[in-house]
Amino acid sequence: MITVKNIEKAFNGKKVLDDVSVTFEPGKTNLIIGRSGSGKTVLLKTIVGLHNVDQGEIWFEDLLFNNLDFTGKKEIRKQMGMLFQGSALFDSMTTEQNVRFPLDMFTGLSMEEKTERVNFCLKRVNILNSNKLFPAELSGGMKKRVAIARAIALNPKYLFCDEPNSGLDPLTAILIDDLIKEITEEYSMTTIVNTHDMNSVMEIGEKIVFINEGKICWEGSNKEILSSDNEVLNDFVFANSLAKQLRASAK
Amino acid sequence: MRFLEQLGLYFLLLKKVFSKPEKASIYYKQTMHEMVYLGFNSVGIISIISFFMGSAITLQTAYNTENPIYPTYLIGLGCRDSIILEFSSTISALILAGKVGSNIASEIGTMRITEQIDALEIMGVNSASYLILPKIIATLVFNPILTLLSITVGIIGGGMAGSMAGVITPEDFIYGIQYAFIPYYITYSIIKTLFFAFIITTVSAFQGYYVTGGSLEVGRASTKAVVFSSILILIFNVILTQLLLS
Repeated sequence: MITVKNIEKAFNGKKVLDDVSVTFEPGKTNLIIGRSGSGKTVLLKTIVGLHNVDQGEIWFEDLLFNNLDFTGKKEIRKQMGMLFQGSALFDSMTTEQNVRFPLDMFTGLSMEEKTERVNFCLKRVNILNSNKLFPAELSGGMKKRVAIARAIALNPKYLFCDEPNSGLDPLTAILIDDLIKEITEEYSMTTIVNTHDMNSVMEIGEKIVFINEGKICWEGSNKEILSSDNEVLNDFVFANSLAKQLRASAK
Repeated sequence: MRFLEQLGLYFLLLKKVFSKPEKASIYYKQTMHEMVYLGFNSVGIISIISFFMGSAITLQTAYNTENPIYPTYLIGLGCRDSIILEFSSTISALILAGKVGSNIASEIGTMRITEQIDALEIMGVNSASYLILPKIIATLVFNPILTLLSITVGIIGGGMAGSMAGVITPEDFIYGIQYAFIPYYITYSIIKTLFFAFIITTVSAFQGYYVTGGSLEVGRASTKAVVFSSILILIFNVILTQLLLS
């Protein structure tokens, strides 16, 4: 479980996160949604420690993460996996080397055991016969899947995904969403997904946090989101004409 | 004020770089890779530049000492000392600041803007140490080899150009390069090279590591890396010369 308590973050005097408090539950796909520039990515990067908080607390189970030094954070980070918006695969490494990297760095496994684990992870995300390809030779969807394989290589307790569907076609986006949900349930991970893709919200949003101008504006599930009377949330959820028509016909 | 802030950031980065490596075997592999990438791949350019530099020094020395009072072997001596004391260490370092420095800054800068450095941090890897320490070790080990190569090729180039232009016989040139040789000059050249290697790698890595923005900023960081490294090399050249030769 990850608990965020009253965190604040500002850049050059401009407040990006304002008194944000939320709990992310294990075994669930937790979604952070909101408009572009609302503070989603900053919140996610603050939770994982890429940004330091100005105020507030971030708890991983019973450990106060933001007070830990580099070594302390390192121990928790070994239990984290993260899928970045642009995949962030290492350009100079092949698919196989990318997935093997955390195993090389933090385990004492033999080469055979590592190769076995790499192949298992790649198979789990349906990447076959691409072990020797470099990231530049992969499609957008394949890159995301390899990044997921790398993220789960060390069996993490926490999975963070920043806009996993950006730049993908709707079918590939659904595949990625399904994969994230399946992996979360399979390994009982605490997963936090940052998105503004409403399809993802409806498909995998077991817990949804809506953030607007750096503040938590609404919390609930994908079942509750359509019936909410929060105006700001409704403006976001029913922004496109198809959604508006569906809402009108439902009424 | 901004200068002091940047200086502080530079030393904080160095502190991160020189912390205990996560896994020695991985760092060893990386260092070997960097030695080939940053060191061995520079052999060609250093050899070509040194050869023509040596040739030009010999011809210039010959034209400037065209006087029956001076024995011709002094051309060889002048060529040797110019190459060892200044050209092979300083000019090679300036060339490497352009080639290796821009390479390091753009590589690390691109990793920064494509979130690859963030990915390393999330995994619990000390990204500064993992990316920069192997480059520092590789250049500290390989650049002195490049300097020795530059000295050798430069002197060979000087000898060939001198005899082909008819300004000195090979025998006189060989006598000249052996005449009143001071071995400490080689040590002096190597010490300067070590300082320059450290400057090139750390200044360029610093420029790349703290890039924010996009490809335009990576380009700027790359240019800054070359400019700042070159200026620092020239400043330290004066300081080290005063300290080591006075």
